[in-house]
Amino acid sequence: MTTARTFLVTLAAAGLLATGPAMAQEKTEFKVAWSIYVGWMPWGYMEDSGIMDKWAEKYGIDVEIVQINDYIESINQYTAGAFDGVSATNMDTLSIPSGGGVDTTALIVGDYSNGNDAVILKGPGDLASLAGKPVNLVELSVSHYLLARGLDSVGLAERDLAGVINTSDADMIAAYATSDVQAVVTWNPLVSAILQEPGATKLFDSSDIPGEIIDLMVVNTDVLAANPAFGKALVGAWYETMALMSSDTPEGAAARSEMGVASGTDLAGYEAQLASTEMFYDPAAAVTFTKSAALPATMVSVAEFLFDKGILGEGAPGADFVGVAYPDGSITGDAGNVQFRFDTTYMDMAAAGAL
Amino acid sequence: MRLINRKPGRLLGVALMMVPFLAVLLAYSVGSEMRLAINPQDKLLPAVSQVVETAERLLTVPDKRSGKILFWTDTAASLQRLGIGVAISALIGLVFGLAIGLLPFVRAGLAGFVSVASMVPPLAILPILFIMFGLGEVSKVALVTIGITPFVIRDLAQRVVELPTELIVKAQTLGASSWVIATRVALPQIMPRLIQSVRLSLGPAWLFLIASEAIAAQGGLGYRIFLVRRYLAMDVILTYVIWITLLAFLFDLLLRRLSNRLYPWAGEGSL
Repeated sequence: MTTARTFLVTLAAAGLLATGPAMAQEKTEFKVAWSIYVGWMPWGYMEDSGIMDKWAEKYGIDVEIVQINDYIESINQYTAGAFDGVSATNMDTLSIPSGGGVDTTALIVGDYSNGNDAVILKGPGDLASLAGKPVNLVELSVSHYLLARGLDSVGLAERDLAGVINTSDADMIAAYATSDVQAVVTWNPLVSAILQEPGATKLFDSSDIPGEIIDLMVVNTDVLAANPAFGKALVGAWYETMALMSSDTPEGAAARSEMGVASGTDLAGYEAQLASTEMFYDPAAAVTFTKSAALPATMVSVAEFLFDKGILGEGAPGADFVGVAYPDGSITGDAGNVQFRFDTTYMDMAAAGAL
Repeated sequence: MRLINRKPGRLLGVALMMVPFLAVLLAYSVGSEMRLAINPQDKLLPAVSQVVETAERLLTVPDKRSGKILFWTDTAASLQRLGIGVAISALIGLVFGLAIGLLPFVRAGLAGFVSVASMVPPLAILPILFIMFGLGEVSKVALVTIGITPFVIRDLAQRVVELPTELIVKAQTLGASSWVIATRVALPQIMPRLIQSVRLSLGPAWLFLIASEAIAAQGGLGYRIFLVRRYLAMDVILTYVIWITLLAFLFDLLLRRLSNRLYPWAGEGSL
């Protein structure tokens, strides 16, 4: 009898797991996930301030914005079907949901890292002096990509290092303080905290490869197609928040201050991080960036990095395994397996004031 | 005949034992099948056949960069850390357990501290451990040791205290010194308990090992699991999870056999 019950319980559990990727159908309740990062703090603010609720109500739907403490876990949860959208970088979107066959659309191109990610050496030196040294970073992350691009720029490769040591971002600052660690690659707010240590030298940062590490709000393509209201509500709420936080008013400062506190710093600290982030406050700017010819080139370079590191999965025959579609209809990678779409439809509406 | 007196035969017993395992496998297959029907590239619950294929590749195909089979180097790295950590804990636990159990002065001084220290969650003070032990092998062994030693000490001390007073008094009337009582009366009696204690600690020890490898490492079972989690390679993760479970089960079995072989009188190793 116990075994029969065990069986039923496990079957029920499997059934729950199997509810799976959100099916393309009309619905009124949506969930999006976000994690702490300078360019994504507005999502938390939108939920707390009621801006999201206001826009959701306007379109007759309900949108819940959930903060997830672990960035990768939030993307995994989205990929598994627990959320309709998630905040993610272009690189992680390509490797996790798109590589995993979940057709995903970049609804909002929020910003690109313009110095927020950095290679830091303990003591004086330059990129070439990394040769023969171990480097601590979150392996296979944008940090890893930044390091590869940096080493490439001085004619080095990862094999010229004494190795890369996978180190959790949560423990990066503590790790930097130990004597074994000679160089780290990480992102803000960790970068600013580490650069405050005496002797820390910034060797290379994302402003040296502008526009390559892009922060997005990505949503399930099928869900978006069946529920345009979901896209409109998210984009509308986002650009109202953008207008508020970029304004030089007491309200704007209050919003920025609240986002700063929520990310564990204060107004000054948050504004310092914003300075190294190219935020697209204006939807028209985001559209121009998304339509630029540089974006396909970036995505190809990211796909090659992912394939080289084996991140596209065992089934991936080459770097062009996953197709990426751009606003003008062009495609990089496999046109028969398009799983990642840059779509400016909703940002265009915001730019035209049509929301 | 009452239900509590009805026992399955050998064959039926084995069959009954297999049922929950098969049920889990079946439930997994069903779930996997349902997800794969919706999205053939689903990574969350890969098909059983795919997990088997991945396992074969992991066990046989060497890594392009190092030319080694990562599965075995990961296993060796983790087992070394685990082995050293558990051995140190067992040794410290034995010495301190005996001392606290037998010597009232040591008990007065240390028992309270050990019981408080055993409540400190080691994962919460990781940054301090990093500064003390660095980020290399030492910190991983240290985390395992710090994680399980207090438990072993408390368990053994308790067992020493529980030794029948008659035994201790008898040994004293026969002229035994404190040292002789410790080594000839208490030690043999708590050896099977030490093995039992280590068996119970192995679960937490794996937990601490994997946590330490997740934080900073270049190799190890926990390292690989947390690395491939970045792209949701559940086929790799499941292979490693099955392997870890198997290893942990084997160690438990070995320790149980060892206890039965060396100390059959203790009757500790029944379950």
